[in-house]
Amino acid sequence: MTVASGEPVLECSGIRKSFGDHAAVKGVGFSIAHGETYGLLGPNGAGKTTTISMISGLLEPDAGEIRLAGEPMTPDSTHTKRLVGLVPQDLAIYPDLDATENLEFFGRLQGMKGAELDRRVAEVLEIIELTDRAGDRTEQYSGGMKRRLNIGVGLLHRPTLLILDEPTVGVDPQSRNAILDSVERLGEEGMAVLYTTHYMEEAERLCDRIGIVDQGELIAEGTQADLVRIVGQRDRLTLTATGSLAATAAALGELEVVDDAGVAGDEIVLIVDQAHDHLPRILEMAARTGSMVKSVDVDSADLESVFLKLTGRALRE
Amino acid sequence: MGAAWTIARKDLKQRLRDRSAYIIGIVAPLGLALVFGFVLNPLSGFEFEGRYAVVDLDRGPVSQIFIENVLGAAERIEVIEVGTVAEAEALVDTEVSPLGGTEGTETADAAIIFPAGFSADVQSERPVAIQVIGNQGSETEAGIAVAMVEGYASELTSVRVAVATVENLVGAEVDRLATGVAVLQTPNPVTVLDDTASTKQLDGVTFYAAGMAIFFLFFTVQSGITGLLEEQRAGTMARLLSSPISRTSVLGGKMLSAFLVGLVSMAVLFVATTFAVDADWGPPLGVALLVLAAIVAAIGIVSIIAGFARSGEQATAIGSMIGMVLGFLGGTFFDVSQAGGLLASLRFVSPHGWFMQGLADLRSDDLTVVVVPVLAMLGFGVITGAIGVSRLRKGLRP
Repeated sequence: MTVASGEPVLECSGIRKSFGDHAAVKGVGFSIAHGETYGLLGPNGAGKTTTISMISGLLEPDAGEIRLAGEPMTPDSTHTKRLVGLVPQDLAIYPDLDATENLEFFGRLQGMKGAELDRRVAEVLEIIELTDRAGDRTEQYSGGMKRRLNIGVGLLHRPTLLILDEPTVGVDPQSRNAILDSVERLGEEGMAVLYTTHYMEEAERLCDRIGIVDQGELIAEGTQADLVRIVGQRDRLTLTATGSLAATAAALGELEVVDDAGVAGDEIVLIVDQAHDHLPRILEMAARTGSMVKSVDVDSADLESVFLKLTGRALRE
Repeated sequence: MGAAWTIARKDLKQRLRDRSAYIIGIVAPLGLALVFGFVLNPLSGFEFEGRYAVVDLDRGPVSQIFIENVLGAAERIEVIEVGTVAEAEALVDTEVSPLGGTEGTETADAAIIFPAGFSADVQSERPVAIQVIGNQGSETEAGIAVAMVEGYASELTSVRVAVATVENLVGAEVDRLATGVAVLQTPNPVTVLDDTASTKQLDGVTFYAAGMAIFFLFFTVQSGITGLLEEQRAGTMARLLSSPISRTSVLGGKMLSAFLVGLVSMAVLFVATTFAVDADWGPPLGVALLVLAAIVAAIGIVSIIAGFARSGEQATAIGSMIGMVLGFLGGTFFDVSQAGGLLASLRFVSPHGWFMQGLADLRSDDLTVVVVPVLAMLGFGVITGAIGVSRLRKGLRP
């Protein structure tokens, strides 16, 4: 199975999945073209992992259709699974085997063998910069090294679609940058990538197109520019504060100049038209409603603003 | 098969690096077999050998028949004929002679004394006595001497009754001595085939070697099957299931590795106990059939446990409990077949019981005796395995 440039590698439509009474995915549909990096952006619990579990053949959708290079994907589609390289969110490597043994094992399961396997294992070790430590058991690796090997296993058989599920969670900044660089290179080399994250900056940096997922639904999709246009020329105003943040956010949301207001941790995030002009009024309202503002940050609209605009909640809630 | 073998090979590599696998599969069963075999069963390895001093002051035909036909025909009995009672007493006197007479030293386990005129007294139906003096250090051997003499005395009584019956029938006296001697020298037409449980018992060392091997086999195999649940916990199951292989291959790989680990463990224990402590498992072909069937049974039972368990920890806990119960019921720690009643019958609800019974039956050197135990264990394995595999296959999830 080959996919011509520009043709969709992945097409999914109306996919649904429930666990008991809980509807985890409610009719998600999108497509990814050859060489495209597509980001699924959403908070924890939005349904990203369930979606990619169905796309990679781990779960059977309750409804909808998933096609990879035109072939249907189900848990029994062993042939279609060859097209996918999955990098699960949790580390999926054997700690009592070394990096070479891990790569060789998963390579053999992909049908690779002999000199081809040896050559590709060596290449991937170079890519993930673990050649020097290839013979060490992975239990001796740092978290970042394990993460890189986790990605390497997904790359090994040169998949048509590489699926990365939150690959930078729990990773130190240096390793995180290395991972993001690797993904960027893969995109440049023409590999289709499906990247899930709840980090807006990662989606902005890596993805050609982004689908915003919330509560099991794809609520917006497009390039970063397309999505930001939803917010218009408004600013994102972030107040770091203590006190009654929820009450303050609710009160600020009533102001005519505030489009949306939400709370994320110790921050109140607002979408405001001409934020600088209305700052004194906003700070006064915050103080009156029981919040003590420690710092103020004004940015132009970004994906965080889009999420807030679309859901009324901050992305990191 | 290729993917299953790849998974099995990976599992075996991991097991080889896991010290606990050696402990459960080899060290623990071997160590316990030796401890139980030698400490709890000090008579293990006992082989009867008797040295009896005989004083024949009679020199008549009745005493000679005992010495030549009874003692002389017995295996593992050495007869030392001495001329006087004092010499015989000296041989069995533990204060004079060292304990436990051995070849070449002047000691005896017992002395048997036929008094002068013994044959004539028997003929005349006068009361007579055969004296047995036991060596205090050879209780078992001396007891056997007493039993042999008592048996001979009973036979003399039978002959005496028979001769008297003949005299009554013919209405005249017959030559009692000649007739009696002729009867005593006639081979007994009745042969007793001893097929009681005692002849099918394993010796102590073999019993505990086999018992511990089958007992720990369930634990050895368990870690292979519950590896499926461990893969789920560790996150690697997602990778396996997203690979272009069938779920059957994943299950098959785990079962294959469990089978091979069980086989290696049993083979090592068989060889080690055979050569190190002289355990006598029986004919290798029969033992191999029993071992293979036992591994299938173990995999089946462990599969059904894993199929219903919610986690690897739960499967291990329940599996250990069931393994212990089946092991005790099956008589791997003590020979329940000798207990009789319900306990003896209950051993057949456990594959362990069939395995031990199969080995005991193999004492007859007849390979066909393993057919029933092998079929019983395969039955356990196939029935429980079918349910377990069906549950596990459905339950495979990332």
